[in-house]
Amino acid sequence: MKINYFPGCTLKTQAVELDKYARASAKALGVEMEEIKDWQCCGGVYPIAKDEIATKLSAVRALDYAKHNGGMLLTLCSACHNVIKRVNDDMANDKEINSKANNYMKLDEPYNGETKVIHYIEMLRDMVGFDKIKQAVKNPLNKKVGAYYGCLLLRPSSVMAFDNPENPKVLEDFISAIGGTPIKYPFRNECCGAYVKIKNPDLAEQKSKNVIKNAKSFGIEVIVTACPLCYYNLKKVANGEIEVKYITEVLAEALGVKE
Amino acid sequence: MQRIGVFICHCGTNIAATVDVERVTEAVKKEPYVVFAQNYQYMCSENGQQLIKTAIRENKLTGVVVCSCSPRMHEATFRKTAEEAGLNPYLVEIANIREQCSWIHKDIEEATEKAIVLARTAIAKLTLNKPLIAGETGVTKRALIIGGGIAGIQAALDIADAGYEVDIVEKRPTIGGRMAQLDKTFPTLDCAACILTPKMVDCAQNEKINMFTYSEIEEVKGFVGNFKVKIRKKARYVDEKKCTGCGVCMANCPSKKGLNEFNMDLNNRPAIYIPFAQAIPNVAVIDPEQCLKLKTGKCGLCQMKCGAGAIDYTQKDEIVEREYGAIVVATGFRPIKLDNFNEYGYADNKDVITSLELERLMNAAGPTKGTLLRPSDLTHPKVITFIQCVGSRDVSGCGKPYCSKICCMYTAKHAMLIREKYPDTEVHVFYIDVRTPGKNYDEFYRRAVEQYNVDYIKGMVGKVYNENGKLMVQGSNLLDNEQITIPSDLVVLATAIEPDPSVRDIATKLTISIDTNNFLTEAHAKLKPVECATAGVFLAGVCQGPKDVPETVSQASAAASKVIGLLAKDKLKGNPCVSHCDENTCIGCSQCEQVCPYGAITYEEKEFRIGGGKTEKRRVACVNPAVCQGCGACTVTCPSGAMDIHGFSFEQINKEIEAICKR
Repeated sequence: MKINYFPGCTLKTQAVELDKYARASAKALGVEMEEIKDWQCCGGVYPIAKDEIATKLSAVRALDYAKHNGGMLLTLCSACHNVIKRVNDDMANDKEINSKANNYMKLDEPYNGETKVIHYIEMLRDMVGFDKIKQAVKNPLNKKVGAYYGCLLLRPSSVMAFDNPENPKVLEDFISAIGGTPIKYPFRNECCGAYVKIKNPDLAEQKSKNVIKNAKSFGIEVIVTACPLCYYNLKKVANGEIEVKYITEVLAEALGVKE
Repeated sequence: MQRIGVFICHCGTNIAATVDVERVTEAVKKEPYVVFAQNYQYMCSENGQQLIKTAIRENKLTGVVVCSCSPRMHEATFRKTAEEAGLNPYLVEIANIREQCSWIHKDIEEATEKAIVLARTAIAKLTLNKPLIAGETGVTKRALIIGGGIAGIQAALDIADAGYEVDIVEKRPTIGGRMAQLDKTFPTLDCAACILTPKMVDCAQNEKINMFTYSEIEEVKGFVGNFKVKIRKKARYVDEKKCTGCGVCMANCPSKKGLNEFNMDLNNRPAIYIPFAQAIPNVAVIDPEQCLKLKTGKCGLCQMKCGAGAIDYTQKDEIVEREYGAIVVATGFRPIKLDNFNEYGYADNKDVITSLELERLMNAAGPTKGTLLRPSDLTHPKVITFIQCVGSRDVSGCGKPYCSKICCMYTAKHAMLIREKYPDTEVHVFYIDVRTPGKNYDEFYRRAVEQYNVDYIKGMVGKVYNENGKLMVQGSNLLDNEQITIPSDLVVLATAIEPDPSVRDIATKLTISIDTNNFLTEAHAKLKPVECATAGVFLAGVCQGPKDVPETVSQASAAASKVIGLLAKDKLKGNPCVSHCDENTCIGCSQCEQVCPYGAITYEEKEFRIGGGKTEKRRVACVNPAVCQGCGACTVTCPSGAMDIHGFSFEQINKEIEAICKR
C-alpha cells in the first residue's frame, strides 16, 4: 500500500526521529510512505485572516498534487496536519478563499477540496487497524503511558474531526494496541505553551510544567505526542523525571524496528 | 353575471410605502367582473369594514377580494364583515400583499407589479368560489390535561373550578412533576412542597378532576370539541382502590437496587415504592425491572405483608377510551444530558452534580435528609463552585442555543441558601451574564452578592479535574483578566433544560408543530401564546418554552381560560373547506384513506345506475366533513381525481396559476 506523504520542515530538522520511526513502522506494517515531490512549508500556522491567501497556497499545491495521485495525503506533524486539513476545508467550503486561491494557482482544473487529508494515527487506525498492530507487536510497551494530544490535532473539532476535543481516546487506543497501559489524565488536551515560548517563555513553561505535573500525579512514566512543538516544550521542562516521546518512536520500539 | 369588489389596504405604511396602492386600484378595475375597487388606510378598522359593507350593498357585489395582510391575520375578520352585509363569507378572498409582497420587497416598481398579480390571482379564484355553509358540531364538556406537573395541576384546578370535568394523564406514578423535586422556590424562598402539595391534594379531592397516573396517551382521534383519546394505564401491579399507602410493602421489599428517580438517581429505592411521602395518589407501584416476583417468580413478600390485599402481580396494562372537548399539553422538561460536556467532568467525578441534584441534596426528604453532604464521601463541602450556562446559550452544537431562563435565579437561590445555612462555606459562581428580569428578581440576585457575599466571577470554565481529592475548576476571570483555578469540594452545573422527550410523540399524535429545539410552537408568538395551530389544543409550561414556576402558573391559567371558553359553547362552527369525493370518478383504491391523517375517510359499497336499467355495486370513498380538516393530502394522492376540496378546488387553483402566468 502506497500513500502520498507530506513530511514538513520540522521533520527534516528538529524532529527527524518522528519522521524516521514513522517510515520504519509503516514499512513494517505494509505501508509505503511516498514523500510527495517538491513539497514546501505547510504555512507553519493556519492563517486566520480571511484575506491572507499567500500562506495557504503551498498547502493547496500539495493537496492538488495528491488529488491527481491517488486522492489521499498523509501528514504526521500536528501543525502541518492542522494547516493542511483546514485549508482543504476552506477550499471545499469557503467560496471566497477557494476562488482567490484558484486564481493564484492557475491549475489546469480548479482545486475544490477533493483530497482526503489523513493523519498518521488515523492511517494506523483506519487503514492498518489497531488489531493488526497488536498482532505485529514484538516488544509490548509495558509502561504507564499518557497520551498528549495538545490542541492542533483536536481543534477546531468541527473541521479536524479527529476525536472528541474534550475527551479524546484515539491515542489511548493506540497505546493499548502497542502493549502500553494508557492513563487518562485531565491535562492531556491542555495547551503546552506553543509559540508563546518565544515571546513569553515563563508563561509557556508554566503551561508545560502543569501538564508534566498533572501527568506525574497519575503515575505516568512516558508521555507520547505527535507534535514536534509539544515535544519540544514538554521535554524542556520534564527534566528527565518523565519520558517524553513521539508516538512513532514508541511504535517503532514495539514493532522492533527501532535502530 | 358576477360583480366583484376589490379592497386594497395601505396597512398604514406597511403596504403603502412599498406598493403603489393607487396603481393597484386602477389595475384591478380592468380585471373581468370587477365593478368596484377602492383603497383605504386601514381596511380592518371599523371604518374600513364599514366601507366594505356599504360597497357590497350599494354595488350588489357577489364577491369580495381584500388585498391586505396574511389570511391568518384577518381572513376571519373580513368574512364576518361580508356576512354582516348579507354575502356568504366564503365569497371573500384575501390577496396577501403584505407578508408576501411589501414586507419582502424594497423596490416599489417590483412590489406594485407583484401586488397586482396577487390581486389578479385572488380575483381569478373568486370567480369560481361557491357559497359554503359551515356545519355545526357539539362539544364534549370535558378537558384532557397531558402532564401532571404544576402547569397541568393549575390548569386542571381552574377548569374544574369553572364546573367542567377534567382528566389529568401523568406518565409517572404521581402528579407533582419537577416542582415536587425542588427544595425552595425563588424569589420568596418558600418551600416548594408547602405550596405545591396542597394543590396536589385539591386535585385528588376535587370531584370534577379525574387522575390517570402512571398512564400515557395511546391515540388521539377527532377534532376540536370532539376528541376521542385512548389512554394506556400501565400496570402498577397494585390495586389503586385497595392500597392505603401505608408503606409496609416498601419496608419489606428485598430488592432495593432500583435507582430513585425522584432523587435524581442519587440513592436507591425498593422495587415496590411510593415516589415520595406526599405522592398523589398515595399508592405504591412495582418496578417490573427490579421486582423479583415479576422477574423470577420467587418472592411475593409484599403480597404477604400487604394488609389491604392490594398487590396483584397479574395486573396488565389497560386501555381506557375517553372523549374530550379540549386538550392542554403540559409535558414539562428535563435537564439535558451532559455527554457533550466532558470538560466539566460530570461523568468522572461524583462531586460534580447538576442543580436539580443539588435540590435533592438540600431537601429534607432527599437522600441526605437535607444536610448538604457531597456524594463521594458524605462530608460537608467547604468550597462550592457553581457554573452557569452549562449547555445554554451554546452555539457550538454541543448544547442548546437558547437561554434556559431559570438558571440565573436558581443558582442565586442555591448560593444564598448555602451561605445562610453554612456560613463557613465559600461559594463561587461562574457566569457569562446574569439575567434576572422579573418582579423582585434582580433584588434577589443582588442580595446573594451584597448580603451573602457570594463570589460572582464573570467568565467561563474550561476544565474541571480532580487533583488529590479536590475538584480543580479552571476558568477565566474576565473582569480581572486572569486565568484562575479554584480548588473546590463540590461543583454544581446549572444544566440547560429541554422539553421532556415524550413531547415529540405527543406532538405527532396531536399534530402540533415543534421547533428545532423540540419546544411546541404556539399559534402566534405574541397574540396566541397558549393556543396552537391545531384547534382545541392548548399549551402550558416548559413544553412551549423555558419558564419558571410563576410564569408556568400564569400560562396554565391562561390555557385553562381558553379551555373554559371553548367548553362553554354548546355548538362549534366547522370548517366547510373540506374534501369531498366524486363518486362517479372514484375507483375505490383506498389510497386517500391511507394518507388521511385525521381518519376522516371511510369506504362504502354503493349502487350506481349504469344505463339500460342496470345497476352495479362499487366501493367509493366517503368523507366525514366533521372530521376532515381540509389538509388536501387526499386530493394530491387520488389517482383518478375524484377527491377535491371545497373552496380550494383543482379548478380554482388552476385558475390562479393561469392568472399568475398571464402577462
